[in-house]
Amino acid sequence: MRKAVNDIDICVACGVCANQCPRDAISIFKGCYAVVDAGKCVGCGLCEKACPAGSIKVLEVENGSK
Amino acid sequence: MAVNKKKHWYDYLWIWSIIYFALGFFNILFAWLGMIDFILPLIFAAVGGNKWFCNHMCGRGQLFWVLGRNLKCSRGKPAPKWISSKWFRYGFLIFFLTMFGIMVFQTYLVFSGAGTLRKAIKLFWTFRVPWKWAYNGSIFPDWVAQFGFGFYSLMLTSTLIGLIVMVLYKERTWCSFCPMGTMTQGICKIKAKKGNET
Repeated sequence: MRKAVNDIDICVACGVCANQCPRDAISIFKGCYAVVDAGKCVGCGLCEKACPAGSIKVLEVENGSK
Repeated sequence: MAVNKKKHWYDYLWIWSIIYFALGFFNILFAWLGMIDFILPLIFAAVGGNKWFCNHMCGRGQLFWVLGRNLKCSRGKPAPKWISSKWFRYGFLIFFLTMFGIMVFQTYLVFSGAGTLRKAIKLFWTFRVPWKWAYNGSIFPDWVAQFGFGFYSLMLTSTLIGLIVMVLYKERTWCSFCPMGTMTQGICKIKAKKGNET
């Protein structure tokens, strides 16, 4: 399954990904980094396209988690 | 913004960004209003422990999105990795705060009488641009206007940098090294850590 995966060390928590997500699957955890709800994510890649830091990417994952 | 999302009043704050620069063009005292964008994110971070300002209310970020995505003024290419690296982000923050400090000091010089009001703005901390028309005296002392010129310079310079990286790279590349963003994320990380310990 393809899902959005976020590298929290690079993430700047700007929230563009969350704004872009058509499924509201992304939230910004305590202003620190973006968290993807793998249950809601459909792997569309809109977040990856918007991310200015290149931290969020759509990757092949097993059972919804990396 | 995704197609089906409900629009809120704060989704239009990019208009405020434009109004801000327009007002400062005619009267530099309006530059003071930019302090809202300076203080509000810090309050959100320090009190709420969140980046709600960046995430939903940043007029500048929204402006880059409107110009870059909606008006297709951005190449949308990934920015070089170092732009969002920690050393560059914190380095830029320190540089930015130093420049802010120098600007406050210049305001102090005018306040103390050691300096005189210069009706000009400085772009990229280097190029002096005459801005005489924006101030013809007011009920306020000169240092108030001096701060206006300094602060407007800072706001315009950072927006121009943001516009350049918007064209070259992703729409909101500015956000990845925005000093306010770095500061608020730093505050949020400290707060989140403390919350875990107790």
